[in-house]
Amino acid sequence: MTNKAFNATRSEKLFDLFNYILMALIVVLTLYPFLNVLAISLNNSTDTVRGGIYIWPRQFTLENYKTIFQYDGLLQGLQISILRTLVGTVLGLICASMLAFTLSRVEFRARKFISTFLALTMYFSGGMVPVFILMRDLHLLGSFWVYIFPGLISAFNVFVIRSFMDGLPYALQESAKLDGANDFTIYWRIILPLCKPVLATIALFLAVGQWNAWFDTYLYNGGASQWTTLQYELMKILQSTQQGGSSMTNSNDMAKQMAQISPESIKMAITITVTLPILMVYPFLQKYFVGGMTLGAVKS
Amino acid sequence: MGSSTETASNNSALIPESNRGRPRKARGPKPDRGKKGLWDSVKQQKYLYFMSIPFVIWVFVFSYLPLWGWTMAFQNYKPAKSFTDQKWVGLDNFIELFQDERFYLVLRNTLAMSLMGIVFGFVVPIFFAILLNELRGMLFKRFVQTISYLPHFVSWVVVAGLVTKMLSIDGGIVNDVLVALHIVDEPIQFMAKGSWFWYIVTASDIWKETGWNTIIYLAAITGIDQEQYEASRVDGASRWRQMWHITLPGIRSTIAILFIMAIGHLVSNGFEKQFLLGNSLVTDYSEVLDLYALNYGINLGRFSYGTAIGIFNSLVSILLLFTANGIFKKLTKESIM
Repeated sequence: MTNKAFNATRSEKLFDLFNYILMALIVVLTLYPFLNVLAISLNNSTDTVRGGIYIWPRQFTLENYKTIFQYDGLLQGLQISILRTLVGTVLGLICASMLAFTLSRVEFRARKFISTFLALTMYFSGGMVPVFILMRDLHLLGSFWVYIFPGLISAFNVFVIRSFMDGLPYALQESAKLDGANDFTIYWRIILPLCKPVLATIALFLAVGQWNAWFDTYLYNGGASQWTTLQYELMKILQSTQQGGSSMTNSNDMAKQMAQISPESIKMAITITVTLPILMVYPFLQKYFVGGMTLGAVKS
Repeated sequence: MGSSTETASNNSALIPESNRGRPRKARGPKPDRGKKGLWDSVKQQKYLYFMSIPFVIWVFVFSYLPLWGWTMAFQNYKPAKSFTDQKWVGLDNFIELFQDERFYLVLRNTLAMSLMGIVFGFVVPIFFAILLNELRGMLFKRFVQTISYLPHFVSWVVVAGLVTKMLSIDGGIVNDVLVALHIVDEPIQFMAKGSWFWYIVTASDIWKETGWNTIIYLAAITGIDQEQYEASRVDGASRWRQMWHITLPGIRSTIAILFIMAIGHLVSNGFEKQFLLGNSLVTDYSEVLDLYALNYGINLGRFSYGTAIGIFNSLVSILLLFTANGIFKKLTKESIM
């Protein structure tokens, strides 16, 4: 569509107009909920009840944010969320790239077996109950590591990294070998630094996954309040005030407190707090993850 | 994309190993099997083994070991007892499952929401990608793309909160607009009506993932030979005709592969949204197989029954995957297996 000599007819101009309007509409539909929530979170909470706040606060205040950060549960949830995101991303990157490196070595004898062994996991899973039993038997219930261990190796991530490594020139490894480097040194000193673009992609996937996860907290650490995450706290608060209630019978302390005194504005302030970190990073990583998705999936 | 697409083409992560038939680019030494003994090669590649074996064990524990748990479905599993002390009950759990009326309700909900998700969640991104590709202004195009990816990056917890807010009767924009346009006389309690639930889930899913799902299609569109467009323009083809006769066929194989994958996940198509958007008023429409397994299998401690539900779920998924793959193999000569 880059032909400059292109001669637009009337119907095509109409098409362009229609297309631009449609796209603008999609942008509005996507952004409005976020702007609305932001405006409400910045509005005086008693005033919010009157309604009629769309994308601009009527009585601007930061009180809601001050209020939510006075709750221990939220601050601690924030700490756990940050911790699991950092640990999960770093460990996930190291493990996936190390395995991917061995799989990118054509001469590696176990390559085919490991690839198949790994690829199969993309098509089946044991199911919720057996996995729950496994976590219990491994004594991971009520611990921080239940967030990290189960998702440490993801076949998809490993294959994406390997695809990238396949594209690197082999001569680099060969010359390092002549200099006496062993395979681990080659991986750590030569291959890894060259893989920055793909590692950035996978880091984003891992970080988003860790930051957004809430179900593992609900399932495995619901009773261990010292390991609850931000998403889980938000979930409890949103669910406990929802119409008709929910199955959360043991929603304790904080959720109940918040439900009683949390007007719309406070809930929205928590929503923004949970959302903001991700929204701040993804536009900068866009060129990487677009490349990464493409690397992983296009068959031309 | 040029050469990088070329490299990606035969190393697609979505295509299983066995299907990557084409030889990899000649680089590095050919594996000289047979010349040396197994032990020599293991010794020579000891670092590679050190760097992979721990992960193989890891994958075995966390992905393969739970399959062993499937035996629970044929037992009357008691957590306190060891494996040999468990009582075997044959197909009792399955028989109970198939006799439970609730199960059919839950299966209906699962299939309904999955099918709606596939039809709309699949068609919308394709059209969005094609229309996005037709935008002339590069800056605007990038802007639309960046915004459209945004919802993918927030959790379902947040999305459920947003949806509930937008659909609420006091201050929800949807009701405000409907009332202002006199389409309805008074606000609708969307979240309290079971009949609305499937549509709400489907719409939320489209809102969250459409932008993200277009990435692959846009990449595929980039790979289409530009000469085809030029030739068709010389022949006087309109933009609509170009989209229909060049762009759409050009991404056909991508569509086919993604469609088969989507079918594979038909039954196990998530329960997060149903869990988070549902409430006790709409449970007859919101409960899906995984939630059923969660409620009966884990929350009530009936592990054997919950496992039976999970097995049923997996078997139907596999059956659908093979069926869809078979049909597509015939129709398009594309296959993922």
